[in-house]
Amino acid sequence: MPIDETLASYSDLAFKSAIVVYALVFVMLLVQYASAYTRKAEQREPALVGASSAATPQVPGRVAQQPVKPMSERVGNMAFSVLFVALGLHILSIVLRGFATHRFPLGNMYEFVTMATGAAVTLGVVLLRDQRYRGMWAFLLVPVLILMFLAGTVLHTDPAPVVPALKSYWLPIHVTVVSIGSGVFLVSGVSSLLFLLRLAHPAGAESDNVFGAIARRLPDARTLDRLAYRTTIIGFPVFGTGIILGAIWAESAWGRFWGWDPKETVSFIAWVIYAAYLHARATSGWRETKAAWINIAGFVAMLFNLFIINIVVSGLHSYAGLN
Amino acid sequence: MRVLTRLWAYARNTWRTLTSMGTALVLLFLLALGAMPGALLPQRSLNEAKVDQYIAKHSVIGPWLDRLQAFNVFSSFWFTAIYALLFISLVGCIVPRVFDHYKALRTPPVAVPRNLSRLPHHCSTTVADAPADQIAKARKQLRGWRAVERTSSDEVTLSAEKGYFREFGNLVFHLALVGLLVSVAVGKMFGYEGNVVVIADDGPGFCTSSIAAFDSFRAGNLIDGTGLTPLCVRVKDFRADYLSNGEAQMFTANISYQVGEDLTTDTWRDTSIQVNHPLRVSGDRVYVQGHGYAPTFTITYPNGQTRTESQQWRPDDGSTFLSSGAMRFDPPAGMYSSDAEQRKHQIAIEGLFAPTAFLHGTLLTSSFPAMTDPAAAIDIYQGETGLDTGRPQSLFSLDPEMIRQGRLVKQTRVNLKPGQSATLSDGTKVTFDGAKQFANLQVSHDPAQGWVLVFAVTMMAGLLVSLLVKRRRIWLRAYPADSADPDEATAGERRTVVEMGGLARTDQAGWGGEFDRLRARLLGEVSDPQRTTRAENTGE
Repeated sequence: MPIDETLASYSDLAFKSAIVVYALVFVMLLVQYASAYTRKAEQREPALVGASSAATPQVPGRVAQQPVKPMSERVGNMAFSVLFVALGLHILSIVLRGFATHRFPLGNMYEFVTMATGAAVTLGVVLLRDQRYRGMWAFLLVPVLILMFLAGTVLHTDPAPVVPALKSYWLPIHVTVVSIGSGVFLVSGVSSLLFLLRLAHPAGAESDNVFGAIARRLPDARTLDRLAYRTTIIGFPVFGTGIILGAIWAESAWGRFWGWDPKETVSFIAWVIYAAYLHARATSGWRETKAAWINIAGFVAMLFNLFIINIVVSGLHSYAGLN
Repeated sequence: MRVLTRLWAYARNTWRTLTSMGTALVLLFLLALGAMPGALLPQRSLNEAKVDQYIAKHSVIGPWLDRLQAFNVFSSFWFTAIYALLFISLVGCIVPRVFDHYKALRTPPVAVPRNLSRLPHHCSTTVADAPADQIAKARKQLRGWRAVERTSSDEVTLSAEKGYFREFGNLVFHLALVGLLVSVAVGKMFGYEGNVVVIADDGPGFCTSSIAAFDSFRAGNLIDGTGLTPLCVRVKDFRADYLSNGEAQMFTANISYQVGEDLTTDTWRDTSIQVNHPLRVSGDRVYVQGHGYAPTFTITYPNGQTRTESQQWRPDDGSTFLSSGAMRFDPPAGMYSSDAEQRKHQIAIEGLFAPTAFLHGTLLTSSFPAMTDPAAAIDIYQGETGLDTGRPQSLFSLDPEMIRQGRLVKQTRVNLKPGQSATLSDGTKVTFDGAKQFANLQVSHDPAQGWVLVFAVTMMAGLLVSLLVKRRRIWLRAYPADSADPDEATAGERRTVVEMGGLARTDQAGWGGEFDRLRARLLGEVSDPQRTTRAENTGE
């Protein structure tokens, strides 16, 4: 079936707009970060007026002014609302791509990265909507923006039908599950990185350097660590299921369910690393820093699998079929 | 005797270390690390030619890597050692846990701690019901919990625990992992796969009568080539659909096959196989894994006799299917006086085939993978092909040694369209008739792959259970209020004190709210819950 060029161009437009709006959200989050920092610096003395319960007057007989939400919080809330616009555009670009090509929009690396980052942001919106996670968003958006920028420039391919090997109902099943798993691991990896940063700069005792300043607005270490664990225990079975579904597909497409194709090998490696992370969480002496590093190693393996294996190493997963 | 004791202690300590979590962690890392070269270096199991290329290019490090089995990572001694140790460690860790879990299932929940207020979550309240009634009421609410009531002279207590399935799921996951490994091993030992090129002209096809029927054959250690599943396949036609830009859309081979009983009754069954849609028959699978062209040439000898042959040529370019190959013809018997003469007059062809010809001057290349305007550019040789010299030859090229020695002499170089021919000086005519499609079929046999799937699914189910189920313990203690208690005076009829405490053994996150909901359910709205919640600061 021919490609619908109009829809395809709308999809590209939605994708580009999504990047621009994500960038805007990112800038707003940076503003929030910066203003929160200065505000804190100013307010360190006058203590926490109305911090716990706004209605309690501080002095009898005087009506306390309803505290205005600080600037940083308002910008943060604004950024979070605009984020939904970006995510909407992001999802729209995926859907339009599917309609333009008359197939499930997961046939090449551009589409995979778009789906995985979409999954990461969606998961973030679900798990990290609470105010206390607001400080994390700027950092979550960094890898999302980088990945989407790469997808839009280096990896972008014009919409086209897929090779015969990819013409299977397993394509939407296997690749969707794997891309969602990758998105979940992205959130997890970022959480662990921030956890390590936070651990080096605990709340109230941040250093005066850049890292301390960055850490100041982050959730506390405990929250970050727990978030990393919670996301990994979602990602681990999702990604494992993706591998198994891939094996089932490989059995009918390539003649064997497992053949140590480079992509299969590195998926196995990543899965083993995440298994090690879960074991480390249950081993004394490994729980904190070491476990976090393992989680980050797992995400590095995922990135390696996505970029190096697809672009540098050739294998069956180079989206090639019989030809 | 001392030595024995010491040896026993040594063995026991080794076993303990091996089955400890720390060792399992290290082995998991080694497994991940050991698999790395399998992804980064070319592997013999995937592409032998690439390995040879790599070794030739890296003359220093290549042979060393080869000695370390870095090109056969997944069958190397060290990789095998890592996963064997890992699985021994796993079994050594899991089996005792199975027994422990069995025991835990048969042990009632632990008795109420003396001081419930020491627990991270606790509360206490006063109710009107008698202690025993209150406990019985609470117990009814705890469906799905294992609960035990204990009554002593001055108090009634309830210990309840849930989340036993967590450990169960964990054990199932690990045991299924062992099952998976065993099934994969069985499949590798008793399985085989063979590739064979079949020309798609409804010709004789092939039968799995022996390993020799295949062009390449890979089999497990316990397969000697006899007893392959009896199967015959003929390829009636092969169709490749392309888009106008040359991208493949689908490959379809219409085949007929015989299996089992059919072989004695000579019944042929028709079916078609495609990429992603193999033929599944009596436990085996037949795949179409590749395709290409088999040019057909006819040699007309000076005495008028003809010989026609089609032979698969190797597709050198995956997008245009420009193919290269060779063909060898023996003169018909009796044309020459002696065998030696006969042998010296063999005809050999070597060259290129383009399904859609595109000529740069006289250089032939292909512009499209489908056969719309085929052409062949060939060198025609006469002399000895050298097939009976004992030296192995490539199917796709002539023996350069025979050419170098002048025993095989080039006669002419021509570009031919179907129907065109070239005539050699002795009157022999070489006609290019066109080309047929060939399909590369693969027959795969893996008796255990169904089990692999079963264990993989069991594994994931166990994993989900072990990650989702939360372990919780709660305790209730009810006793008559002390008459001196000031509560008694104010609340009047309220006369039973109920204390409640809870402990999350895993997944602390959210336990606070969960405890509050439980309290509301078990004790009703506590008017003045003397409740403290310590920071949730224990690990998962």
